[in-house]
Amino acid sequence: MASADDLTFHEFEEATNLLAETPDAATTSRSDQLTPQGHVAVAVGSGGSYGAEDEVEEESDKAALLQEQQQQQPGFWTFSYYQSFFDVDTSQVLNRIKGSLLPWPGHNFVRHHLRNRPDLYGPFWICATLAFVLAVTGNLTLVLAQRRDPSIHYSPQFHKVTVAGISIYCYAWLVPLALWGFLRWRKGVRERMGPYTFLETVCVYGYSLFVFIPMVVLWLIPVPWLQWLFGALALGLSATGLVFTLWPVVREDTRLVAMVLLSAVVLLHALLAVGCKLYFFQSLPPENVAPPPQITSLPSNIALPPTLPQSMPPS
Amino acid sequence: MKSRIREFDSSTLNESVRNTIMRDLKAVGKKFMHVLYPRKSNTLLRDWDLWGPLILCVTLALMLQRDSVDSEKDGGPQFAEVFVIVWFGAVTITLNSKLLGGNISFFQSLCVLGYCILPLTVAMLICRLVLLADPGPVNFMVRLFVVIVMFAWSIVASTAFLADSQPPNRRALAVYPVFLFYFVISWMILTFTPQ
Repeated sequence: MASADDLTFHEFEEATNLLAETPDAATTSRSDQLTPQGHVAVAVGSGGSYGAEDEVEEESDKAALLQEQQQQQPGFWTFSYYQSFFDVDTSQVLNRIKGSLLPWPGHNFVRHHLRNRPDLYGPFWICATLAFVLAVTGNLTLVLAQRRDPSIHYSPQFHKVTVAGISIYCYAWLVPLALWGFLRWRKGVRERMGPYTFLETVCVYGYSLFVFIPMVVLWLIPVPWLQWLFGALALGLSATGLVFTLWPVVREDTRLVAMVLLSAVVLLHALLAVGCKLYFFQSLPPENVAPPPQITSLPSNIALPPTLPQSMPPS
Repeated sequence: MKSRIREFDSSTLNESVRNTIMRDLKAVGKKFMHVLYPRKSNTLLRDWDLWGPLILCVTLALMLQRDSVDSEKDGGPQFAEVFVIVWFGAVTITLNSKLLGGNISFFQSLCVLGYCILPLTVAMLICRLVLLADPGPVNFMVRLFVVIVMFAWSIVASTAFLADSQPPNRRALAVYPVFLFYFVISWMILTFTPQ
């Protein structure tokens, strides 16, 4: 497969080289032009027996071709515009997920992993998975709690799917929008590094939410301090990834603005994690409490009180 | 040529209603058979129709409604919620598949995803029957087993039809949303409680 690609690419290079050298001969038939040099097109693929000057021309032609392609980007009302954001392979998506799980001080997620080709597949489906996993595991904790304490009324709590979906998607799309807007507004202060595009910011946030998925699954274990430990670990990983990505962009700004921005980003992320924990995994009574648990856990439980009168009459 | 067109018109326009309905029902039944015994055939893709998915979706949504119509805030999914999840889920997966560069048409993909809900509808029927017995861990184990088997059947059936339309280096990206979709439907079936 790779050799076939090389052959076709080099053939095109040769054709553009010929046309560039003899522009006024473009009206003659291509076969006339190519037959005296026909052996060129075939031989290039088999090993490059040509000198360095051909390579230099090829590089400049490559750059010219890329520029042409970029200028011909379709408008946002066409389907192929959106198709360009889903131009990723399985291995690339897995690579980006791995990159978000293991933040490294030197590696900027955008430059190192995205390489200026952001995709929308990752953010969209990671948010969808996280929303459904939140609702499912939240429901599972209720099931497990009911096993321990049969007086708790179990219900599928389907509305939590809606709440989870809306909150995760709003976070993953509105916060990057605000961040991108803020960074563009401060663009004048920066000399070295331009701001990230909106899609790259969305990508960074989307992939950084991936670590919350195993964290939410591990929250099924009904040990409170373990849950807070997992939460802190996942939040640390995720926020570190975000900070390492944003630091090069924010570094040249005034110290105050940089600190405020980074702490706002980390704070919002922490709010999301804590909010998820408190809303979907309400603190249910521990195993060894014998008296009716509703009294002790009333302030933090939202769903239980309405079901109390219904669990009383025989159903 | 004109007479041939008139002949075609009269053959379907003048036939009895029973014939029309039986023809459509037979087509839907034939596709159900293809889903239950998934082979690499093109019947679902070639002549797609959305009657089967509609029948299955309405049946599933009706069965997922609880017996008592109490306005509990945290109850099971309402009819509209099931409908929205099934149809918007199928549309999203189809769009995702097309954006990734698959060469399947929009309605063909909707047809396949809708028809492959059949095993899960059968699971819902079995679960409702099993729930008529007394509740307990055995009851739950039986329902869990049935739902898992039917979930696997749905995934196998839909990937048998959909996987070929994607280039090989993106197949997993296109199949994962299908997995998520059927997982959510299986979850709704498993957590169904009649009261």
